[in-house]
Amino acid sequence: MDVGIVSYGAYVPRYRIAPAEIGRIWGLDGAGLGRGLMVEAKSVPSPDEDVATISVEAARYALRRCRVSPQKIGAIYVGSESHPYTVKPTGTIVAEAIEATPALTVADYEFACKAGTAAIQTCMGLVKSGMIEYGLAIGSDTSQGAPGDPLEFTASAGGAAFLIGSKEIIARIDHTVSYTTDTPDFWRREGQVYPSHGGRFTGEPAYFKHIISCSKMLFERTGTKPTDFKYAVFHQPNGKFPLRVAKQLGFSDEQVKTGLLTPKIGNTYSGAVPLGLSAILDEAKPGDRIFVVSYGSGAGSDGFDITVTDAIEQYERSAAPTVKEILSNFKLLDYGTYAKFRGKILLGGE
Amino acid sequence: MRRVAIIGAGMTEFGELWDQSFRDMGIRAGFEALNDANLTSEQIDALYVGNMSAGRFIEQEHVAALIADYAGFAKNNTPSTRVEAGGASGALAIREAFMSVASGLHDIVVVGGAEKMTDISDEEVNAIQSSAADQEWETIFGATYPSLFALMAARHMHEYGTTREMLSAVAAKNHKHGSMNPKAQFRREIKPEDVSKSPMISSPLRMLDCAPISDGAAAVVMCPLDMAKKFTDRPVEILTTAMASDSLALNQRRSITEMAATKIAAKKAYNRTGLKPSDIDLAEVHDNFTITEIMAVEDLGFAPKGSGGKFTLEGKTTVGGEIPVNTSGGLKARGDPIGATGVAQIIEIVQQLRGDAGKRQVPDAKIGLTHNVGGTGSTVIIHILGVPQ
Repeated sequence: MDVGIVSYGAYVPRYRIAPAEIGRIWGLDGAGLGRGLMVEAKSVPSPDEDVATISVEAARYALRRCRVSPQKIGAIYVGSESHPYTVKPTGTIVAEAIEATPALTVADYEFACKAGTAAIQTCMGLVKSGMIEYGLAIGSDTSQGAPGDPLEFTASAGGAAFLIGSKEIIARIDHTVSYTTDTPDFWRREGQVYPSHGGRFTGEPAYFKHIISCSKMLFERTGTKPTDFKYAVFHQPNGKFPLRVAKQLGFSDEQVKTGLLTPKIGNTYSGAVPLGLSAILDEAKPGDRIFVVSYGSGAGSDGFDITVTDAIEQYERSAAPTVKEILSNFKLLDYGTYAKFRGKILLGGE
Repeated sequence: MRRVAIIGAGMTEFGELWDQSFRDMGIRAGFEALNDANLTSEQIDALYVGNMSAGRFIEQEHVAALIADYAGFAKNNTPSTRVEAGGASGALAIREAFMSVASGLHDIVVVGGAEKMTDISDEEVNAIQSSAADQEWETIFGATYPSLFALMAARHMHEYGTTREMLSAVAAKNHKHGSMNPKAQFRREIKPEDVSKSPMISSPLRMLDCAPISDGAAAVVMCPLDMAKKFTDRPVEILTTAMASDSLALNQRRSITEMAATKIAAKKAYNRTGLKPSDIDLAEVHDNFTITEIMAVEDLGFAPKGSGGKFTLEGKTTVGGEIPVNTSGGLKARGDPIGATGVAQIIEIVQQLRGDAGKRQVPDAKIGLTHNVGGTGSTVIIHILGVPQ
């Protein structure tokens, strides 16, 4: 039985802040830092937006593009490291909002930046086993960066939803592999407002080791090489890392550029690979093969070998905005407004 | 005094060694040195370890006993001593070992230097490095290590017309040398313009003027020269050790465009050996910042005072030049795991004098000098090594 993506939807908040503006406040060369990280701006959620609203927006766009009744969705998994509640699922809010309740299973996932791809894998398994007809996998975040911390220059917001099923699939997922170790490069403990990270330890022994190992597993499993793929998308904590990892693996900038969104919106964490994949599906043609590898700190990578099917020709892509269209509508904020929006200003009595 | 030779050398690669602990690195370097000298741990009479701040970097003190234990010396109850002199800790361990062999107290001695710096945040590393400056007169007022060297650089530029281009030439040259050293942290060349455009750290010093944060360990084995032939065909003699100190705080110095301790130690070293600066074939000098190397080539007598920058810019300190400096890549490109640095400098000279330095080999190298600095010049230790005559 073929399993794959039946529909997808993406959402990114329209507010942005530029690295130079963040640097202005903290006495840092923000513009230079931004150039180094290859990030021109990062997305900022408005005060009324959180992982629940972003997930709902993305899920609604996914449903708008297909004729699947939400009542046929047997599972919803929302992957995020910024769920609005510590105890109480985000997924139930999404399920109610899209009218998928009550005959379904729901759970929230957390695996740093790769919880969204883990949700896709879970849905694939449930569909393939026949337990459900359709599953909705969402990766979405309003990630946190402590004021003045290097993370603040990239930690942003956004998400994407994928309806996984076996009928009328627009993109077949032929293989998925995962590479997981216990590598403490980035973490946030119970009760902490902002995450901690291991500085440069988050690079070579974490991001690069896991993505490269997972990619090699996927090449081996599928008997493929980089030139077999039209597109590639990797986790993108900044603009520099995914380009470097792509080069190390033998992919060209051309293969990576469509799914590389970090330069415009920053690191959307659990939303990063799902959004990159959405941007690729926005323009992909039948037969296009897509190489996908996520990365989540802690640490692990999920890899996918995806092939776009003929069904994408009849698919109503234009029923919801493309990633490009979503990103074209933005408004730059000053640091004060950003701080207010992100709840960084403590009000009396708090 | 007995003549002393180095009969074995070994070191880890320098860099961000995420998968090696302090003890792993110590063992690797130590075993490489022992193998190089064809020795086993039972033959070792003493161990000296140079280490600046394991207590703060990895919360482990008493590291001489630790390394002796993990190197297999514990069963022999080998005397093991850890010494500290800030950035000059490695050279101080070499000096102590040299004196113990020269005096006749010990015959075969291992000297190790090690530092594990990447287990903690960059901010904490900066604070620990800065603790080699004066905590009451400097750092309490906000001075950091880079800012103190920046004062020296600014004054040197003011007094002697040293330029940005000259500072950048030091880093570019050391990266060029580092690109030829398989153990170097940075094995890639950089252009002087890259240095000039790198982010400002403390004006006028930019990021690529500064040596990196590194993990690494280095070890050598010494014995009396007359015993050396038993272990190796190619011993390298330590012709002399010279040391000088100065005020801990920079503001107490008569001049901040020179390191008086370097000049005094150099004078002692030249007098004891009867050598002149022009007799030195190559030198490993302390380049924790580019300005430090410029001052060193002046204070060691390779270039007239004030002209160290121009001297570098003209390529005179590059391999193939008049006096190649930091053929290993120096602290800048080889890396600077503080306690290991002074020992790694010695290893570079040993390799060069043995003719083992590969692409960075200085032709016919017979005499080499090492220069290791603690703090902002509060401790300077110089060694001159030679092919035994």
